[in-house]
Amino acid sequence: MNTLLYILLRRLRMPLLVLIGVYAVSTLGLVLIPGQDSEGNLWRMDFFHAFYFVSFMGSTIGFGEVPYEFTDAQRMWTLFCIYSTVLAWLYGIGATLAIVQDPSFIRLLRTRRFSSQVRGMKDPFYLICGYGTTGREVVHGLEHRGIRSVVIDREQSRIDLLETDELVLPGLGLCGDASVPEILDLAGLQHKECLGVLALTNDDSANLSIAIASKLLFPRRLVISRSENDITTANMASFGTDLIINPFRQFADYLGLAVSSPHRHLVYDWLMHPHHRPLSSVYKHATGRWILCGYGRFGRALSEVLSDDETHLTLIDINPDNLTGIEDAVLGVGTESVTLQEARVEEAVGIVAGTANDADNLSIIMTARELNPKLTTVVRQNQSANDLIFSHSKADFVMQPGQIIATRILAHIRTPLLREFLDLLYSRDEVWAHTLMNRLVQVVGDDPLDSRNYTLDPQSAPAIVRVLEAGNTVSLRTLMKSPHDRTQVMSCFPLLLKREGRHIVMPGELEQLALGDKILFCGRAGALSEQSWALENESTLNYLLTGEDSNPNPILRLIRKRYG
Amino acid sequence: MNREKVIFAFFIVLALTLNVGFVVGNVDDPAHHDVIELFLAIVVSLICTVLKFGDRSHLGALMLATSLVADLQLFAGAFVWGYVQYISEVGMTSGAMVSVVSFSVGAVAANLISVVLLVVETVMIRR
Repeated sequence: MNTLLYILLRRLRMPLLVLIGVYAVSTLGLVLIPGQDSEGNLWRMDFFHAFYFVSFMGSTIGFGEVPYEFTDAQRMWTLFCIYSTVLAWLYGIGATLAIVQDPSFIRLLRTRRFSSQVRGMKDPFYLICGYGTTGREVVHGLEHRGIRSVVIDREQSRIDLLETDELVLPGLGLCGDASVPEILDLAGLQHKECLGVLALTNDDSANLSIAIASKLLFPRRLVISRSENDITTANMASFGTDLIINPFRQFADYLGLAVSSPHRHLVYDWLMHPHHRPLSSVYKHATGRWILCGYGRFGRALSEVLSDDETHLTLIDINPDNLTGIEDAVLGVGTESVTLQEARVEEAVGIVAGTANDADNLSIIMTARELNPKLTTVVRQNQSANDLIFSHSKADFVMQPGQIIATRILAHIRTPLLREFLDLLYSRDEVWAHTLMNRLVQVVGDDPLDSRNYTLDPQSAPAIVRVLEAGNTVSLRTLMKSPHDRTQVMSCFPLLLKREGRHIVMPGELEQLALGDKILFCGRAGALSEQSWALENESTLNYLLTGEDSNPNPILRLIRKRYG
Repeated sequence: MNREKVIFAFFIVLALTLNVGFVVGNVDDPAHHDVIELFLAIVVSLICTVLKFGDRSHLGALMLATSLVADLQLFAGAFVWGYVQYISEVGMTSGAMVSVVSFSVGAVAANLISVVLLVVETVMIRR
C-alpha cells in the first residue's frame, strides 16, 4: 500500500477513535434509557433505531424525535449527544484539514505526483540537476529543439520558476537534493527514455555523486557535469564522464579568446550561436596593457589565459588577501575614477569588468569609458534578468558565464563533433581562422549558421553505406550537391572529418568517404536538412553520383519512357 | 511498561472476549445471545481497526487485515439481525439466529488470529 494513505490513516487515528467512541456511547445510551410509545407504555429503543437517530442527529440535528416522542430523560441524553457528536466531527474535520495543509504532507504529495508523471513520460528527456542560470538556459535550449527536461533543484523557488516559465513542453520539477540516488531515481534516472544526465549544481560533491550514480547504473548514458576544481574534474574523468565543464576556466578561455584572437573567437561564436554577431563587430586587436577588475576564482582563471608576453595585466580587487604577492595591483572596486586612474586607465587598451556584481560591472565600464573613450570594454553579466540594461551598455563584449556554459552543453548534445572541432580551433592561428571566417561569410552571409554531424553507419546513412558496401566510391562533394539539381552546390561545406580516431580539419571536397566516418558540416539550415536526402534515399544518391534518375516507381518510369 | 502497548493489547483482547461472550450458548436460541454484547463487540472491533492503522511492518499489515475481517463478519451478523427483526415481517427466528451467530464465530476466528499475532510480536521483542 502506498505511504500517503498510511500517513493519513496514522494521523487520523485519534479523531477516528473519538468519533467511534462518541457514537458508541450515544447509541448505547439511547438503547438503555427507557422511553414511552404513543400510548404511554414502557418502550425501549432498539439498536437499529438508536443508531439511525444518532446518525442523523450527529450530522444534521434534524428530523425530530422518532419513532415516538421522547421522554425528558431521553431528551437530556440527546442534548449530551448533540454537543459531543458536533465536537467529535469538528475535531475530525479540523485534523484532516491540518494534515492536508501540513508542509511535509504537501511535499509528499508533490513527490508522488512528480514521480508518477516521470514514470509516464513517453518522449526522450534529459535529467537536469540544478536550475540556476545555466540549467535554465539548457532547459530552454532543449525545449527549443523539442526535447523535454526533468529538473531537480534544492530550492522550491527555482522549481516554481520552472513552472512559471511557460515552456511549450512543460518541464517536470522536483525540489530535492539531487545527490541522493533515491531522488535521482524518482526523477527518472532508470527511465528508458532518459537520454542523459546533466549535473549543473554549484556544489562539486553533489555533481560528483550524480555523475557516479548515473555512470554506475548506465555506463553508456551521457553524463555532463560541472566541476569547479581540478581534483573533482580528474575524478570525474576517471570514470568516463562525457563532458566536464569548469565554469570559470571555460568562461576565461572564451573571454581570453575574444581578447587575444578575435577571429578565432568569431569562428567559435558563429558556430556556437545560430544567430551570430555580424562580421563587422570584429575589432582590431591592440596589444598592450589590460585592466582586470575582480580577482576571484574567475579573475584568476582569466589572468592565466590572458597573461602572455604581449599582454600585461593590472589587477583591481576589493579584497587585499586576493592581491598579496602581485606587483601591479590596485586595491578597490574599480567603480570610482580614483581607483581606475591609479590603475593608469588612460594608457590601457582594454578593461574587463569581471566582478560578481552586475551593477558594479556596469559602473566600472561606464566610468572607465569616460576616462578613456578608446578602451575596449568587456563586461561580465551574472544575472540573466539584467539583459535589458546590458544590451544597452554599449560594451564591446557582454559575457554571461551561465549562458556560455549552457551553449557549450547544448552544442555538445546536438553535435558532439562540433566540440572536437572547437577544441582543435584553439591550436590554430589567427590567419587560419580569418580564412575560415571569410569562407563562412561567403557561404551564409549574415543568415543563421547551422552545423550538423553525420555518422556513416546503417542507421543514419543507409543509402551511402549500401553504395560503399557495393564497392563504389563516394566523395564529400556528393553531399554538397543539391538533390534537386546536381549541378548546383548547396551553401554548406565540411568542417571536420573523423576517421578511426584521426581528425581531418577542413577536408577537401574530393575526399573519399569510408564506412564509419564522422563528418561535421556547417552551412545554411535549409541546405543541411536537404543533405539527409543523399544520406538516406538511394535513388537521390544515385542521381547525385551518376546524374541518372533511376526512379523506382514503375508508373513514373513508364510515363518517363513514353514522354521523356 | 508502555501505556500505549497496554491500551493496544487491552482492546485486542477485549474484542476477542466480547465476541466469545456473544457467541457462547445454543447457536439457535435468541435468549442466549445478547444484542448489547454484539454492539459492544462491533464498537471494540472498530476501535481495534483504527488502533492498527499506520503500522507499515508486515506483522502490522496482517493485524490490520484480521481486524478488517472481524469488522466485516460482525457487520454481516448485525445486518442479518436488523433485517429479520425490522424489514422482513417474520421477526427473529432460530434460523436467523444461527446465521447471526455463525457470522460472529467467524469474527471470533479472526480476533483469535489477531491475539496470536499480538503474542508473537511480544515474544519477538522480548527475545
